Amino acid sequence: MKVTRFGIFTVLIGDRRADRVVPPSRGMARLTEFSAAAMAFLAVFAIALSSATGRLADRWASELARTATIRISAPPGQVEEQTRRVLEVLATTPGVGSARALTAEEQRALLEPWFGPDLPIAALPVPQLVEVVETGAGFDSDGLQLRLRGEAPGAILDDHTRWRRPLVQAADRLRWLGFFVMGLISLTTGAIITLAAQAAMAANEKVIRTLRLVGARDVFIARAFVRRFTVRTFLGACIGTGLGVGVMSLLPPGDADQGFLTGFGFSGTDWLLPLLVPPLAAAVAFWSTRIAALRRLKGLT
Amino acid sequence: MIELEDISYSYGKGPDLLSGVSLSLSPGGFYFLTGPSGAGKSTFLKLCYGELIAPKGTVSLFGRDVRDMTRDDIARLRRRIGVVHQDCQFVDHLSVTENIAMPITAAGQDPGAATRDIKELLAWIGLSAKADALPPHLSGGERQRVALARAVIMSPDVIIADEPTGNVDWEMSLRLMRLLTELNRMGKTIVLATHDLTLIRTMKQQVSARVLRIKDSRVALAGADL
Repeated sequence: MKVTRFGIFTVLIGDRRADRVVPPSRGMARLTEFSAAAMAFLAVFAIALSSATGRLADRWASELARTATIRISAPPGQVEEQTRRVLEVLATTPGVGSARALTAEEQRALLEPWFGPDLPIAALPVPQLVEVVETGAGFDSDGLQLRLRGEAPGAILDDHTRWRRPLVQAADRLRWLGFFVMGLISLTTGAIITLAAQAAMAANEKVIRTLRLVGARDVFIARAFVRRFTVRTFLGACIGTGLGVGVMSLLPPGDADQGFLTGFGFSGTDWLLPLLVPPLAAAVAFWSTRIAALRRLKGLT
Repeated sequence: MIELEDISYSYGKGPDLLSGVSLSLSPGGFYFLTGPSGAGKSTFLKLCYGELIAPKGTVSLFGRDVRDMTRDDIARLRRRIGVVHQDCQFVDHLSVTENIAMPITAAGQDPGAATRDIKELLAWIGLSAKADALPPHLSGGERQRVALARAVIMSPDVIIADEPTGNVDWEMSLRLMRLLTELNRMGKTIVLATHDLTLIRTMKQQVSARVLRIKDSRVALAGADL
C-alpha cells in the first residue's frame, strides 16, 4: 500500500526540503491550530460525558440488578406474622441469595429525608420492607409473586426492574451520545482541515504547477501540505486538550454516588483518556489533507 | 525520442488547433518552432512534455505512448525533459540556488550533493553573484538564464523552451541562444518556440537547425521562404 511510502511516521519525521517549497502561511496556521484546539477542548468534554454516564449506568446496573424489595402492608397485628412467612417463602425460593427485614431504624433512615429525624415510625402505618439479594441466576419474579400472594396477602414484590431499566437505558444512551459527539467532532475537524488544505493548495497553485513541471510526483507535493496540517492540528489539539483537562480538574470531584452532575468528569484511569485526543486529531488531519491534496493534484496536469 | 503521429488537439469543443500533425524529433537535433501568436506553438510543446495529452493520434516520448503512462511516469519523464517557460515559473520565496536545485529536490535527491554542479551552472549563466537572490529581484534576462539552468540541472536529454526571448532585449536573446547552442553541442536536443524570425535567421548561420512552422493547424518544415 502506498501509505508505507507516505505514512504518518514519514510525515512526523518530515522532509525539510519538501516543506520549504510551499511558502509558509501564518494566518492559515493560526486558524488551523485554533480550530484543532477548539475541537479538542470539546472532545475532552464529550469524553467526560461518556465516561461519567458510563460509570453511572454501570453503578445503577450493578447495584440494583441483584436486589429486590418486598413491601408488606397489613393490619398492625398481622405485619410480624406475614413478615415471618415472607422470609420462609424466600428461604425456599431458588435464586434468592439472602433476605432480611429492615429494622425500624433503617426504615426511619429511609424516610428521614422527607419527614425529618423525629418521625414516630411506630405510630404510623408504614409498611414493613424486606430486602432481597438475588444469586447470579436470579429468581422467577412472577412465580415468587404468586407464592407470596398465597402465603402473605399483604406482600408486594418490587424487583426494581420497572424503574431501573429505563434509567440504565438512559445512561447508556447518554454514553453513546458522548461517542456520537466525539465522532461528530472528528468529522467536523476533518471537514475544517479539508477546507483549509484545499484553500492552501488553491493559494499555492503556481508553486504546485512549477513542481509538476520540474518532475515532482504527486506524493512529494502532497507531503508538504500533509505534514504541515498534521503537525499544526496535533499542536492545536495538544493545547485544546490541555485546556479541557485543566477545566475538568477545576470541577467538583467526580463522586458518582452524589449523582450525575457532581459525578461529571474523570475518575481514576479515565484521566488518561484525553491523551488520545491529540494523536486522533493528527490522524484525522493526516487523512483529510492527504485525500484532499491527492484529489486536487489529480485535476492538475 | 519524441514522436508525434497524426495528432489533433483542440481546447474544449473549439476547432482543432493542431490537426494531423506527424513528426519525429531526433536526438541531438536543434529545432525552431515558429508561427504567429495563437497558432499552437505552446500547445505543441506541451504535447511534447506530457502536460497535454492528445485525444487523437499518438505521442511517444522515449519510446513510450504518453497515454499509457501514469502521473508518476510523467513526473519522472519530466526529469529527462527540461522546460523553460516565457514566464519562468519560479517559486518566489526560494533563492536562485534553491530554484535551480528544485528538480533535484523534487526527485527526492539531496541538493547538497549537487552544490558544485549548481555553482558551475551559475558561473556558466553568469549569475554567480545572484546565487542567494530571490527571483522577483532578477531582471528578465537573468530570470530566463536561471530558468535555463534549472532546466538543465538534471542533465536532461531534451530542452524545450517556449518563447524564452520574449521578454528580453536583443543582446540577451543572443546570449541565451549561445547557451542553448552550447547545450546542443553537448548532445542535447533543443526545441525552441519563437515568433522572432530575425532571431531564427541569425541563429541558423551559427547552428545547424531545422525550422518547423505551424500554419493552418499543421506543422511543416520551413524552407527557403522563411
